[in-house]
Amino acid sequence: MEDNQSPSTVGRQSSTKEKAIVCKNLTKQFGDFKAVNNISFDVDQGEIFGFLGANGAGKTTAMRILCGLSYPTSGEAMVAGFDVYRQQEKIKKNIGYMSQKFSLYDNLTVLENIEFYGGIYGVQGAEIKTRSNDLVSTLGLEKEAKKLVGELPLGWKQKLAFSVAIFHRPKIVFLDEPTGGVDPVTRRQFWDMIYEAAANGITVFVTTHYMDEAEYCNRISVMVDGCVNAMDTPANLKKQFNAHSMDEVFYELARSAKRTGD
Amino acid sequence: MKILRFILQKEFRQIFRDKTILAMMFIAPTIQLIILPLAANFEVKNVNVAYVDLDHSSYSQKLVNKIASSGYFHIKGNPASYKEGLKMIAHGDADLVLEIPPGFERNLVREGSQKISLSVDAINGTKASLGGAYLVSVLADFNSSLDVNIKLPNGTSAAPAAKISIAGSNWYNPRAEYKYYMVPGILVLLLTMIGGFITALNIVKEKEIGTIEQINVTPIRKWQFILGKLIPFWIVGMIVFTIGLTVMYLVYGIFPKGSLLVLYLFAAVYLVALLGLGLLISTFAETQLQAMFIAYFFMMIFMLMSGFFTSTDSMPGWARTLSNFTPVTHFIKVVRLIVLKGSGLRDVGTELLYLIAFAFALNGAAVWNYRKTK
Repeated sequence: MEDNQSPSTVGRQSSTKEKAIVCKNLTKQFGDFKAVNNISFDVDQGEIFGFLGANGAGKTTAMRILCGLSYPTSGEAMVAGFDVYRQQEKIKKNIGYMSQKFSLYDNLTVLENIEFYGGIYGVQGAEIKTRSNDLVSTLGLEKEAKKLVGELPLGWKQKLAFSVAIFHRPKIVFLDEPTGGVDPVTRRQFWDMIYEAAANGITVFVTTHYMDEAEYCNRISVMVDGCVNAMDTPANLKKQFNAHSMDEVFYELARSAKRTGD
Repeated sequence: MKILRFILQKEFRQIFRDKTILAMMFIAPTIQLIILPLAANFEVKNVNVAYVDLDHSSYSQKLVNKIASSGYFHIKGNPASYKEGLKMIAHGDADLVLEIPPGFERNLVREGSQKISLSVDAINGTKASLGGAYLVSVLADFNSSLDVNIKLPNGTSAAPAAKISIAGSNWYNPRAEYKYYMVPGILVLLLTMIGGFITALNIVKEKEIGTIEQINVTPIRKWQFILGKLIPFWIVGMIVFTIGLTVMYLVYGIFPKGSLLVLYLFAAVYLVALLGLGLLISTFAETQLQAMFIAYFFMMIFMLMSGFFTSTDSMPGWARTLSNFTPVTHFIKVVRLIVLKGSGLRDVGTELLYLIAFAFALNGAAVWNYRKTK
């Protein structure tokens, strides 16, 4: 595995300004347990970056640090040009986040949820109106706009949550297993939305367990036991591991894991 | 400020959409205020008395009649022996057994004294001690009205022994009715519940659902989030307080003697303090169950230490000190003073300072302990 541990970042060092995310020797330790162990990678602007790993590999912890929800123990990281130790609030202005847990309010309507999240990101009232009308018609939710979000099927909720996460037009959006429990057709539509967001210049940082989704990413990294053990384009990784699919690449890497998943 | 407006709008929408909570917030206080004062009454009535009359004389009959007509006692039975009387206590049929020994009348007339025995079921301590005390005073009264104590044997009146009779009058609560003491207290407890419980549960619920994480990842400021949570429940609290005052007037005819303005000023500051407590609890608790437990812990202390049931003056020194450290103590005291006595701001200024200190300390701790980044 030694040779896999020098990810392609080394050759691509450039000024941090152009990078959406720069992460250097980032570590998060809970007592003796290193949830995130010395990871380094960077993400280009407008890139769709897949963050893979088994359950308990440390993906969510790493993501929470990058979103300014959690302090790292050591190492450095810059998100949208801001430091994760001191400038969390500036980071928060520039990112969108969709957590594993569904994070819209079930007892608010579709429009009320959009209005609330738009509003707290500082989008102006009139602008919220036009954008949310556009959003509702793009999603085909005209009839449901005034329904409570709790009444929508999961797939629609997830699409809505994603749209709300990028409603304020952030530079980077973090998606933590956005398509968990969603049917294949909706998953496909979801990825169409991700592509559209990326085409609009939003950097997408996404974790997933679905290897077909990994194929959609520009580049992916695979975390095993808190470390990033592989990072490249899906095509290069398959070549490197002499595998036909991302599934095989993942098995090859995850087999070495010592931690048990959650 | 605009951001705060969006937060408030969202909170109010959620409050008004949750019909159960809404009902609990407005109907429950009304009903409780109507029902609780009737139950929370420390006047002892309906003490069940069994008497064992071994004398069967006219004096013993007189005594029993006097007890029965006092209004506090129910004559529950007339067992044949003291043993049977004790059995009635054991079964819970009687609270007191009065034993009138044989020769009661004779000894009273001839020797001028007679002992009678009184046995009390002390499980309900208040009922037992007050019931016992009432009965003793009935006996004393009976004693002083006995012919033997007034008339000399030859029928002429003697100068009666000097007796001091006390004419008492109760100030501020002329009929010394318990409800006047309890109702303002219950009003305070209701506000305490709204302030302490509902904010804590509300925020912890957002933690459980995961929406708080979504909030923490936005550039929203701490004070915006906290004010967004405090203001709606502060308003709800003030409305509940108003409903409470109305119920108090309509049902009990109690209208505050003092200034309404001062009363509202206190309610306003008190609610801020209690909301701060709720907020502080929510920063520690991860689940609603935990929040409930912590809040309940404080509520029990507040209820028992605040002078709500029992006067703080009769507590041991350490307990009195402790009770000064609960905001409820000061607010209950003030509400009673303003409502019943008509005290003005000058009389209760110290209490206002206490409450302001609580408001700052609790909210300060909550803000300090609330972390957007962990």
